[in-house]
Amino acid sequence: MLLSLFNAVELGIIYAIMALGVYLSFRVLDFPDLTVDGSFVTGAGVAAISIMAGVPPVLASLFAAAAGFIAGCLTGILHTKGKINALLSGILMMIALYSINLRIMGKPTLSLLNESTIFKQLREVWDKTGIDTFFNGILANLGADRMPSTWSIIFIMLIVTLVIKLLTDYYLKTEVGLALRATGDNQKMIRSLSANTDTLIIAGIGVSNALVAFSGGLIAQHGDFADVNMGIGMIIIGLASVIIGEALFGKKTIARATLAVVGGAIVYRIVVTLALRVDFLDTGDMKLITAILVITALVTPKMMQARREKKRRLEKRAALEAVKTEGA
Amino acid sequence: MLKLQNVSMTFNEATPDEKKALRDVNLELNQGDFVTVIGSNGAGKSTMMNVISGALFPDVGDVIVDGKQVVHLPEYKRSRLIGRVFQDPMAGTSPSMTIEENLAMAYARNKKRQFKLGVTKKRRDMFREYLESIHLGLETRLNAKVGLLSGGERQALSLLMVTFTEPNILLLDEHTAALDPSRAELITNLTEEVVGKFGLTTLMVTHNMQQALDLGNRLIMMDNGQIIFEVAGAEKQALTIEDLLHKFKEKQGTHFGNDRAVLG
Ligand SMILES: Nc1ncnc2c1ncn2[C@@H]1O[C@H](COP(=O)(O)OP(=O)(O)OP(=O)(O)O)[C@@H](O)[C@H]1O
Ligand SMILES: [Mg+2]
Repeated sequence: MLLSLFNAVELGIIYAIMALGVYLSFRVLDFPDLTVDGSFVTGAGVAAISIMAGVPPVLASLFAAAAGFIAGCLTGILHTKGKINALLSGILMMIALYSINLRIMGKPTLSLLNESTIFKQLREVWDKTGIDTFFNGILANLGADRMPSTWSIIFIMLIVTLVIKLLTDYYLKTEVGLALRATGDNQKMIRSLSANTDTLIIAGIGVSNALVAFSGGLIAQHGDFADVNMGIGMIIIGLASVIIGEALFGKKTIARATLAVVGGAIVYRIVVTLALRVDFLDTGDMKLITAILVITALVTPKMMQARREKKRRLEKRAALEAVKTEGA
Repeated sequence: MLKLQNVSMTFNEATPDEKKALRDVNLELNQGDFVTVIGSNGAGKSTMMNVISGALFPDVGDVIVDGKQVVHLPEYKRSRLIGRVFQDPMAGTSPSMTIEENLAMAYARNKKRQFKLGVTKKRRDMFREYLESIHLGLETRLNAKVGLLSGGERQALSLLMVTFTEPNILLLDEHTAALDPSRAELITNLTEEVVGKFGLTTLMVTHNMQQALDLGNRLIMMDNGQIIFEVAGAEKQALTIEDLLHKFKEKQGTHFGNDRAVLG
């Protein structure tokens, strides 16, 4: 139990980078970009094949991000220059990427079991520090019997993800970032303020998919494999993280919203892990669980709001009635 | 400052819906001119504004700003020179962003946007000062989302946003039309104030004849895609609404006659 939760948090933090990408397209640019299902695998494939070709894992992960950036830019170009509907541009790119990913990888599944990965390298250094013994000691004192094999991933990824979050926050507050946000909010206005909305959309969707692919590259290294089908439904997982995060943690400011997205990605993984422990549910039910989660996160806040409103009205009415009877 | 030369624009050419929106329009604005534009619905006023701003490209003709031919430049490039306020109060601002962020975007209109913070301490002070000058108390609400502002407040903010960077040309297309009379008057006064303060070369479309007479140093009347009447200076000062209505009837009469002549 504890171990699977630990694993869920670990994965959640890595997937949070993908969710931040989805936040950029869906929320900031108001662009429902389905490229994600393809670009996630592109990231995984590029990272895996580069590592197998002897590229250092860190560099391979950056290659993954670059490949995702290109894929996203292409989607943006389809939409802005080709005047294709946003949803359709993403779907077209997703389909095209399926074949491209197969070409990149050469075969449907690549194993990294016998390769060096960013996490294996990290662990070599980490294990010399003895930090694990310290934390596992704490866990043991708390009565845990089985220990996580390493704390390195959770620590380093937390730092990496938070750095990406902070960079995103900063970027969205720069002059360019403000124009990007306005592009998703009121294109006519920002064009009349001399911003090239086409370029902003292309680059914005590019950066979004760079994050998605970077996350894909890390997931491949975390699980020691890349598979052409590993991206199916990724967009919904990303959306689930964004929506759950917003529902739980709010979205008042940019910094708050991005933090919520990271939190949402972790919560999503935890919920899925817990759901899978229910006896009659198995891994095939994951997508259904995800759909129900998203629906719940979308509907509940509105229902709660409506109930609060109703209660407030009833109270007001009751108060009025009370005054009336008193007067009589 | 602004020159339109032989500008023509036809919508849906060679279809049954063909509409000549502009017919060989010529117009020249000098530095500091404030020109009001009147004319009936469909006269081509908005089309002319859109051709100037680059939202539409004319079939033929030149648009020259500051001696530079801009007719081929896309809207976003021209908007470095041209500021515009739309009729719809929702159109000129970004509702999900704050007042100071909106101002920061407007501040970058005539500059190259960079990867540095849009709102800095120094800029915030400057924005506050500009907001104070429009007397709506917005300077105390720098971090409020613009979507929360009323239509009048948003229009005042839009007007401030395009004027404080002193565009070479200011285009106002019925920018008070969607507001109630008192707010409309407020925006009208504000317009007069900022245009005067920055000495902006301005083209303002309005359906309010009194406003067209009160504001600016020149007036043009459009009908059926053409400028049918122009007046400036003292002559404009002496003009009354009756004169305008009379002029309009007279010109429309002849245009009606022309059409019949063409048909006959
Ligand atoms: N995108 C378009 N496609 C087809 N016809 C158009 C288009 N835009 C304008 N028109 C036509 O061109 C003519 C001029 O329109 P325009 O909007 O310039 O008029 P206007 O003078 O601004 O009128 P109003 O006072 O009602 O705003 C009208 O007959 C209009 O129907
Ligand atoms: Mg109009």
